[in-house]
Amino acid sequence: MSKTLRINGKTHEVDLPDDVPLLWVLRDEIGLTGTKFGCGVAACGACTVQVDGEAIRSCQLSLGDVEGEVTTIEGLGTPDNMAKIQEAWVAHQVAQCGYCQSGQIMQAASLLAENPAPSDAEIDEAMQGNLCRCGTYPRIRAAIHSAAKMMQEA
Amino acid sequence: MASLKKIARRSFLVGSAAILGGVAFGTYKYHQPAPNPLEPGKDKAVLNPFVFVDQSGVTLIAPRAEMGQGVRSSWAALIAEELDVDPGQVTVIHGPAAKAYYNSAMMAEALPGRGYNASDFQHSLGQVVGNFSKFLDLQVTGGSSSMKDGFTRMRLAGASARETLKEAAAQRLGVARALLETKDGQILAPGGVTLSYSELAAEAADIEPQEAELRPAAQWKYIGKPVPRIDMPAKVTGTAGFGVDTRIDGMKFAAIKQNPHFGAGMRSFDAAAAKEMAGVDEILDLGDAVAVVGSNTWLAQQAVEAIEVDWEPASYPETTDAIFAEIEAAFDGSANSTLRDDGDVDELPEGAELIEAEYRVPYLAHATMEPMNATALYTGDTLEIWAPNQGPTIVQKSAAALTGLETEAVTVNTTYLGGGFGRRIEVDYCNRAVQIAQKLKGTPVQLTWSREEDMRQDYYRPGAIGRYRAAVMDGKALMVHGKIAAQSTTQEGAGRMLGLPMSGPDKGHVDAAFNQPLAIPNFRVEGYIAKPMIPVGFWRSVAASFNGFFSDSIIDEMAHKAGRDPLEFRLELARAEWAPAAKVLESVRDMSGWSGKTPEGIGRGVALVYSFGTPVAQVIEVADRDGDIAITKAWIAADLGLAVDPQNTEAQLFSGLAYGLSAACFGEITFEGGAVEQENFPDYDAMRMPSMPAVEVAVLQNQKHMGGAGEPGTPPAAPALANALFDLTGTRARELPLSKRFNFA
Repeated sequence: MSKTLRINGKTHEVDLPDDVPLLWVLRDEIGLTGTKFGCGVAACGACTVQVDGEAIRSCQLSLGDVEGEVTTIEGLGTPDNMAKIQEAWVAHQVAQCGYCQSGQIMQAASLLAENPAPSDAEIDEAMQGNLCRCGTYPRIRAAIHSAAKMMQEA
Repeated sequence: MASLKKIARRSFLVGSAAILGGVAFGTYKYHQPAPNPLEPGKDKAVLNPFVFVDQSGVTLIAPRAEMGQGVRSSWAALIAEELDVDPGQVTVIHGPAAKAYYNSAMMAEALPGRGYNASDFQHSLGQVVGNFSKFLDLQVTGGSSSMKDGFTRMRLAGASARETLKEAAAQRLGVARALLETKDGQILAPGGVTLSYSELAAEAADIEPQEAELRPAAQWKYIGKPVPRIDMPAKVTGTAGFGVDTRIDGMKFAAIKQNPHFGAGMRSFDAAAAKEMAGVDEILDLGDAVAVVGSNTWLAQQAVEAIEVDWEPASYPETTDAIFAEIEAAFDGSANSTLRDDGDVDELPEGAELIEAEYRVPYLAHATMEPMNATALYTGDTLEIWAPNQGPTIVQKSAAALTGLETEAVTVNTTYLGGGFGRRIEVDYCNRAVQIAQKLKGTPVQLTWSREEDMRQDYYRPGAIGRYRAAVMDGKALMVHGKIAAQSTTQEGAGRMLGLPMSGPDKGHVDAAFNQPLAIPNFRVEGYIAKPMIPVGFWRSVAASFNGFFSDSIIDEMAHKAGRDPLEFRLELARAEWAPAAKVLESVRDMSGWSGKTPEGIGRGVALVYSFGTPVAQVIEVADRDGDIAITKAWIAADLGLAVDPQNTEAQLFSGLAYGLSAACFGEITFEGGAVEQENFPDYDAMRMPSMPAVEVAVLQNQKHMGGAGEPGTPPAAPALANALFDLTGTRARELPLSKRFNFA
């Protein structure tokens, strides 16, 4: 049941049953804890990662079904070398408790890759699966608009 | 280190005097300084328990749980303001569990009095203080109290640290202390000589702590200004360590199944299937619960699900209806409190128009984004716990009692909290991890609850009923008589926390009902306490979360009955009682361009609620979208007296609104067969990006006391929305959640 994964540009060999969700491979096996467990039923988006650039709920993707390059929040940027979208999040002081923000950012990054200047309605559509119990939505929206601008100017 | 005690005692006295508005708390036995929790290592000078200076720099202790409210940054800013360090350049840690980090403001909130009128603190002081003085032992984050608690004490800590470092420099350089200045962690001496705090650390340790006057507000560099949050870079890069992110060498992962019938036992279980499942190391009988320990949380969760358990039944009414029948029955008993009793509510003059209304709200779960979890390592002699918690001294005490260890043998590490909202002031999830760790001596183990377990094993916001009679005459408010019945969070929750039975008039139970800053000539509020049934606990804004809905809804009904504009009606009542409450209403009126008229298909509602020391007004606008309701805009004005960080305060206020709207629209915990029916976010949803209104926030600073920020934004949300829906549809919603009557877009 050994499987080779490509995560954030690195190769990982994991030996776990095929049905273990990618979320729990990342967290408990590989030690990439930036991706969070929130509900286990794809209802909150805290576990959002990208597979070949597409945002997916890692709690619903079984290890056996992972195909492609996985990007987690750790692969997007680091505290010393943030991605533009992370800089926008800091500029708008978005996070409160911060637990959902890895998922929010991965979802938003995927949106911006597809749509460099999303409207408010398009942001609503893309982000509706990502729950934030602190209610940081107004600042998430503002940060997405800022990130879009920063990325276009870059 | 004897000299430290002087500072601890002095800062306590000064701090509590400022916080409590001068009441005579100086006679408590807690005058004795608590033991200093920090044992300085080699070359470390502990200036006082909130400031560390060593060779690597300055470390500030912010011993409050960082659960999203930015306390780590704001607390550090209070110290930095006097210490002259850049809050962005120092290390800020939570520090250990210790009595020295007690929360005095939370106790102040428990004192009798309406709060907004400081002189009321003088009334019947002895009544409640006896029980609540025990809070002085508690290192707790809650009650929107951190800034009130830390405001004076932390600046004094910073100031004495600064002056002591200066004295060390003065002695080394042989110059008078008065000639020295401080800036960004350095001492500046005449002739361009600079010394860093770090290099003076060892010498400062040998010097008697120095006293200093606090700087006037005009000199503040950080307080009252936006300071970037210290935790932000970590939280946007996935590197902030939450409880579930704790990783200890050799750690195993655990899952748990607890009795859905609260407090009941376990007859037997069959783990035959679970034993054979992948990744399972141990099946553990916890007496009244069963746990699986293994190599992966998800595998452990699968296995624990496969265990068949025969649970003992519930010992309380088993259905929502039966539980509410018990809450109703509380009205038949005598009132626990009558904390407001102005004029005469019984005799009404000729011409008075009477309104009678009953309001109901359901039980609610906290649903923090990070499910309950804790990590523990038990060695036989010691216990170490890593937990996202709001009360480390309670965790410590409880774990010591559970294991039979001395309190000193229990170390509590407080991680970042993925939401708290009052849930993490409880210690049940820590105790479960400790129980498991005890059976795995020498092996660290992390217990993470499934979302289903988290939702069904909460300490819930109690369901509540408000029965109101009110009257208007000649366009004016004449009378309000409110009776409120619910299980008591204060009696049950605080009793659990303190290990003491609580008694006496329960002020918390009627908060935001009896103490509303409205000049109503005949005004009585009675609290009735329902018997303990479902475990209830502190939920963001506690009883204000339901009383705010009751007490503002009745005002709205009165305004309409009187034929008055609802905002003007409130404004008149607030102006006559307490100016800061009127100002927040004027602020939302002006921001929203309130005219009392709305176009077809648009509705607006206003609410005013005073809680946790802060008056908050909100206007909410709703729109009819083909029969569905969209919440399009919200305006919030709050008066905190002094907002330590206005940008962060703004975030707390719209966060409170979002939490309140989530509950108002969707939140409901119901019971069948003694168990909670809801399991996960699909049946306990919350505001999301499309449903969240655009918000505009005004942070006012008119009142003379410091008010809270985290909680007061929540109570006005439900009434403001219900009032807006009445404006739009003509339907008065007296029951939450509103999704029972309205479809939200």
